[in-house]
Amino acid sequence: MSLLEIRDLHVTFAGWRGAAPVHAVKGVSFALDKGETLALVGESGSGKSVTALSILQLLAYPAASHGPESSIKFAGEELVGAANARLREIRGNRIGMVFQEPMTSLNPLHTVEKQVAETLSIHNHLPAATVRARTLDLLHLVGLREAESRLSAYPHQLSGGQRQRVMIAMAIANEPDILIADEPTTALDVTIQAQILELMHELRDRLGMALLLITHDLSIVRKMADTVCVMSHGEIVEAATSAELFARPQHPYTKRLLAAEPKGRPQAPPAGAPVLVVAKAVKVWFPVRSGLLRRVRSYVKAVDGVSLALREGTTLGIVGESGSGKTTLGLALLRLNEAEGDIRFAGREISGEKQKRLRALRREMQIVFQDPYSSLSPRLSIAQIVGEGLRVHHLARSEDEARRRIDEVLVEVGLDPDAAERYPHEFSGGQRQRVAIARALVLKPRFVVLDEPTSALDATVQAQIVELLRELQQRHGLAYLFISHDLKVVRALAHEILVMKDGQIVESGSADAILNAPQHPYTKALMTAAFDLAAVTAQ
Amino acid sequence: MPPPDLQVPGPTPISTIGAGAVAPLQATSAGLTFLGRGITPLTRRRLDNFRANKRGFWSLWIFLVLFGVTLFAEFIANDRPLLIRFDGGYYMPVFHNYPETEFGGVFPSEADYTDPEVRKMIEAKGWILWPPIPYRYDTITNAPGPFPSAPASDDWLGTDDQGRDVLARLIYGFRISVLFGLALTISSSLIGVAAGAAQGYFGGLVDLGFQRFIEVWSGLPVLYLLIILASLVQPNFWWLLGLMLLFSWTSLVDVVRAEFLRARNFDYVRAARALGLPNWLIILRHVLPNATVATITFMPFVLNASITTLTSLDFLGFGLPPGSPSLGELLAQGKANLQAPWLGITSFAVLAIMLSLLTFVGEAVRDAFDPRKAFG
Repeated sequence: MSLLEIRDLHVTFAGWRGAAPVHAVKGVSFALDKGETLALVGESGSGKSVTALSILQLLAYPAASHGPESSIKFAGEELVGAANARLREIRGNRIGMVFQEPMTSLNPLHTVEKQVAETLSIHNHLPAATVRARTLDLLHLVGLREAESRLSAYPHQLSGGQRQRVMIAMAIANEPDILIADEPTTALDVTIQAQILELMHELRDRLGMALLLITHDLSIVRKMADTVCVMSHGEIVEAATSAELFARPQHPYTKRLLAAEPKGRPQAPPAGAPVLVVAKAVKVWFPVRSGLLRRVRSYVKAVDGVSLALREGTTLGIVGESGSGKTTLGLALLRLNEAEGDIRFAGREISGEKQKRLRALRREMQIVFQDPYSSLSPRLSIAQIVGEGLRVHHLARSEDEARRRIDEVLVEVGLDPDAAERYPHEFSGGQRQRVAIARALVLKPRFVVLDEPTSALDATVQAQIVELLRELQQRHGLAYLFISHDLKVVRALAHEILVMKDGQIVESGSADAILNAPQHPYTKALMTAAFDLAAVTAQ
Repeated sequence: MPPPDLQVPGPTPISTIGAGAVAPLQATSAGLTFLGRGITPLTRRRLDNFRANKRGFWSLWIFLVLFGVTLFAEFIANDRPLLIRFDGGYYMPVFHNYPETEFGGVFPSEADYTDPEVRKMIEAKGWILWPPIPYRYDTITNAPGPFPSAPASDDWLGTDDQGRDVLARLIYGFRISVLFGLALTISSSLIGVAAGAAQGYFGGLVDLGFQRFIEVWSGLPVLYLLIILASLVQPNFWWLLGLMLLFSWTSLVDVVRAEFLRARNFDYVRAARALGLPNWLIILRHVLPNATVATITFMPFVLNASITTLTSLDFLGFGLPPGSPSLGELLAQGKANLQAPWLGITSFAVLAIMLSLLTFVGEAVRDAFDPRKAFG
């Protein structure tokens, strides 16, 4: 008998006010043994998180319901429909859980000590001193540096990686038999991701836990999992050992998922293309004020003396972890925030130009944002969103012409012109990102800042968007400033790469040179973390 | 006043259960209409939410009917006939003044249709069509004294202490209260939204200066100031509106400012800036819609507050000029004439019903814009 046996699990969500019910999980079965790592893989909406939440019966009942045939057996005990009191004994005690977003899964009003100690004291009646000692042990165990001084820290004083370590400490506090990790590293930087994965692997072996890993990232699966279940539309379409799955994928969906990694390299840049954007010593410093007179005490140097040059028809990849100043730099080049330094666009000095006079130039420089859910106004139709720029710049002589150009650009980014009359919420993330690209493209710009345009998207969609961007660049000779933390995507698009850390450039050069022979230790650490998911301790 | 839900839908949240995140293309905007105009699915949903709150929905209808009826107060309660047939011709005293000589009388002054002599003259050669209540708000009735006289078949709700029909005064009073409330709400919303928008969008020093000014301004004791000002000028409808507007516009500023502060860093606002839109267009098209939700949610409550303020001023005797039909004045009469309970009870009941209806409507509006429901 396995430690955890799930048989024919169904989850149905009742429709909201007469809407059809949603059948999110349709007959999922798998088993998990002690010391084993099982990965549930799938894209967003495939039902993997719902499956994980069902194990601890954490769904919003009674809106959610399991079919009568559903069974979740933990050490032989049925959990579906178990009494709440019994479930509380299991939750956080025998089965621990780590959530995706370390920002929101810790209580912002409690100290680290209180959060971790809570899990301990709820399940065991221990004296306060013992709880404290054990909490400290746990924080050491999860590798939180300076654990003693962190005990009284609040979540906002910790970085994302540190918060996730605290979450893991809470999950393993009672030495559970099973640790469920729901996208534990998705919100983290690559180097931190590698550290957290290593930590979980190590803890699994040391504590003899079973690990249920939920992820959309196949490289994590390859590194961590013994067994893999691929989920699509609420069903497990393929289950196999990790080695077997990657060597011989059976199901077409698995094959598609495996093929979805952004592939290929950018087209060779046109020889002798003129330089379009030049920036010299760009600085964006945010003043830190304090005291009664609000004197400027120091600066947060978001971008600190960055110089770059971008040729027409080429892509400059800006790589770095969160907080390295990539996005700030992108906005500064478009003069969307206040920056010092010398910025030239198409030979024209724009750094000192008034916003009013820049407006005419805005047609030629555009931006696509990371999150397609927040970059489209929910109250405007697609035609209004895409057509707005046309109207402002008087690019269409008549309403008919505007409409024709909107339709054209929608087709160009791979959307049906019928979509024009719809609203953003009717589209998936990938489709929305296409709309955002269309909004930029309809102005026929020469320079586009792409601020992590693929990182909010599923893997298969990501590959499609990369493909689309490459195609558009070739057709229109666009210059891209491609900002990303994902080196795989950068490899597929960039001609040149600029590695940023703490607002400064640590390394720059042609993409081939940087990817094949990184010089700077930080670049090296980034590469290992991204491509091998290995943490490099010597930073 | 219950705190309106200030949560405003930004971008559509990704469905937590995930199943909705994959291209839900079933809902198209085609075929959705309201009052003959095409509407977005979001608006549709909000309308449905509003309707789902049965109490608020019916309150709105009852209120609209009451307000609609009282708008035509001159046709319901008036001391002039609606229509006169006299000597082969039609006369409409509601619209025109006719001298008594027109009907064969002796005075060249305006005909007094309540005078039995005049009635007799007209009825001799035709007929008179009276409104359902043959009194205006300032007509002295024929009720037997002493005033205030109790409800009778002529005066359904009795008369006040000057012998005027209470029902007629209520109808006019209701109208003036609601019109005053609406005018004050709309004008203070316009000013408040504009002020909040400027503060929130431009931020920095503009915001800082404006905020301090509002803090000082709202610290002024409004009622005393109104009383002092009311002693300097003889207040009429417009004076009162202006005076109260001076202090009521601040109520919406904070909400709108907060919405603008939040929204100006949204990606789609940034994208609009990157497209080269001028500031006023960005404010109007991209940021303001976020604030409208908060504003509209607040409005029924602002309306309620405006009506209450006018009533309390009237009650204290610093409101509308003497003789105007007003609920506050009727309330004051009720207090002064405890032996005539119909005055107090009537004015209390009308105020209570009106304010409750508006509160229920306000709750339904809040439900309609609740992002948790609107995005279900």
